[in-house]
Amino acid sequence: MNNNLDWKKYLIVFLITTGLFLTAVYLSNYFGDKKIDQLKTIQDKIAIDILSSETQFSLLSELSCKNISDSVFSSELGELGNKLEWSQENLGATEEVSYLKKYYSLLQIKDYLLTKKISARCGTKSAFILYFYTTAENCTLCEDESLILSTLRSKYPELRVYSFDYSTDLSAVTSMLQIYKIKDTVLPALVIDDEVLSGFHSLEDLEARIKESFKLQEAKPSEANKK
Amino acid sequence: MPSIPDVIFYILVFLSVYVQVFFFVTFLENRKKIITRNEKVKLASYPEVTIAVPSFNEENTIEKTVWSLLRLNYPKDKLKIFLIDDGSTDNTWKIISKFASHSNINIFHKENGGKFTALNLALENLKTDFFGCLDADSFVDSESLVRIMSYFEKDSLTMAVAPSVTVNNPKNIIQNAQKAEYSMGVYFKKMLGFLGAINVTPGPLTIFRRKVFDDLGPYRHGHNTEDMEIAYRMQKNNYKIEHCNDAYVYTNTPATTRKLYKQRLRWVYGFINNTIDYRDVVFRKKYGNFALFTLPMGIISILSVGYLFGRIVYNLGDFLYSKIMEFQLIGLDFQTEKLILDPFFINTRSFIFLIVLIYLLIIFAIIFGRKMTKEKNIFSLNILYFFPVFSLLAPFWLLKAIYNTIVRRKPAWR
Repeated sequence: MNNNLDWKKYLIVFLITTGLFLTAVYLSNYFGDKKIDQLKTIQDKIAIDILSSETQFSLLSELSCKNISDSVFSSELGELGNKLEWSQENLGATEEVSYLKKYYSLLQIKDYLLTKKISARCGTKSAFILYFYTTAENCTLCEDESLILSTLRSKYPELRVYSFDYSTDLSAVTSMLQIYKIKDTVLPALVIDDEVLSGFHSLEDLEARIKESFKLQEAKPSEANKK
Repeated sequence: MPSIPDVIFYILVFLSVYVQVFFFVTFLENRKKIITRNEKVKLASYPEVTIAVPSFNEENTIEKTVWSLLRLNYPKDKLKIFLIDDGSTDNTWKIISKFASHSNINIFHKENGGKFTALNLALENLKTDFFGCLDADSFVDSESLVRIMSYFEKDSLTMAVAPSVTVNNPKNIIQNAQKAEYSMGVYFKKMLGFLGAINVTPGPLTIFRRKVFDDLGPYRHGHNTEDMEIAYRMQKNNYKIEHCNDAYVYTNTPATTRKLYKQRLRWVYGFINNTIDYRDVVFRKKYGNFALFTLPMGIISILSVGYLFGRIVYNLGDFLYSKIMEFQLIGLDFQTEKLILDPFFINTRSFIFLIVLIYLLIIFAIIFGRKMTKEKNIFSLNILYFFPVFSLLAPFWLLKAIYNTIVRRKPAWR
């Protein structure tokens, strides 16, 4: 008959289901940790590359520019940025992710300074954009601007975009914000050739400025040569 | 802090996993009791059985249906067949009339009143201790009846025995998808049978003891699902319903999306409204697993599908919106549309593993259902049609059934 209710079974199934749930959570954390490890490995590699470039630069500063390898930025730092952004969305803003983000910001600043030095001394062709955004509040303009910048980046491989989360708690980033007098009310903000552009800027607008920036940097070494 | 929609989502995932694990545990407990017979079954005695075939405009299939009954491996003098024309406007009556000469066939003609009225006419004329119905679009396997009757012989408390319904000659994607679904249905029905918690005694060849109707009264309209209503009524009165997995009935299934939609809308509407009618049964432990498992499971599946659909529509809308915005910002830019094949970007959030688990258990249900019905190719690929066809269509009939329930019931509440 129907009255053969087996409470034990309901309980056992509940325990099994809970067990499966916990296993799923465990697996999720396991793969999340693997991803964090992967990010750390990439970061360490970039850190070594930057350090190596810096050292190389110091060593060879008196010598010709030919021997200086290009800075590491380009693909690797960009890839790291993408993965960090994805991790923040999908793994949640854990302490580890925000720690990695700080490290990433620092690497970007170092790379920026180094590339700028190399560029100034050796006249290599590069255009820089410093980009400040925020993830602390819902900033749709920031999302739009990020999209435009990644489009530009894929269009002009030489273009270097360094992006900084306004809410990153790191003194180096705070210094950058102070240098360019950027407040959270004007985000997104861009710095192109030491000029601060606050608010949203369209693709056409930025493209025009970049072209200008390219020319500017191309012109400098030839002027120097004339002298 | 997780958001409220996420919490609801995880609760629904938890409950869905619970349901599937419950079925699987039931399977593990009872797997040795699942017997699929190949040999001819012999009964100690062959009780008299009446099978009624109600029909409304079934000129294309009814002849084959009746012949399948006449070929049943059951003593001719113990089997009565009632052919009932429920006011057809086609040639059904003409075809039925041809069978009038058979000594064990009675034919009836009545004004159209719906399937339950045709069945009740049969019940009024019933003289045997066992009664069954066969939809006029279905055909029975010749061994089906004797196998069903063996369940009654084995247990005098068994009040009804449902067969394994499978799809007759599937031709297109829609029918192949249903074929996989029916196989899954056979597995789930067998498990519900073990739990004493079957909630439908399907129109194609469920056999009842006459006592059921003598005690509980005739068929009711049951929101156009009289075969569900009678099962609810039986469960409410603790009448045992079994499932005979090796009694095969082949049914014609809807061949178009529209027809499938209409059929399923009727079924789901029937489920919702019969459950509302019998709401005093839900979660009452004296009604057993039917009240604590079957009905809550049905409610959970409707909620899950409805909620998931809402979530998917929302995400899809969000995605399209962001794509449109993207287009406005940067135009059509194919450079950024790179295929990201890095395994890093594979989503490994916990619900993904659970959903994969649910899918695996459903695939197991389909494959084992096929095994129970002796299908030749138990790894048939119609499984590939099942998931997309039902994931795409089911939300529509579910939501429409909910909508119809709300709209039609409103006046009655005032």
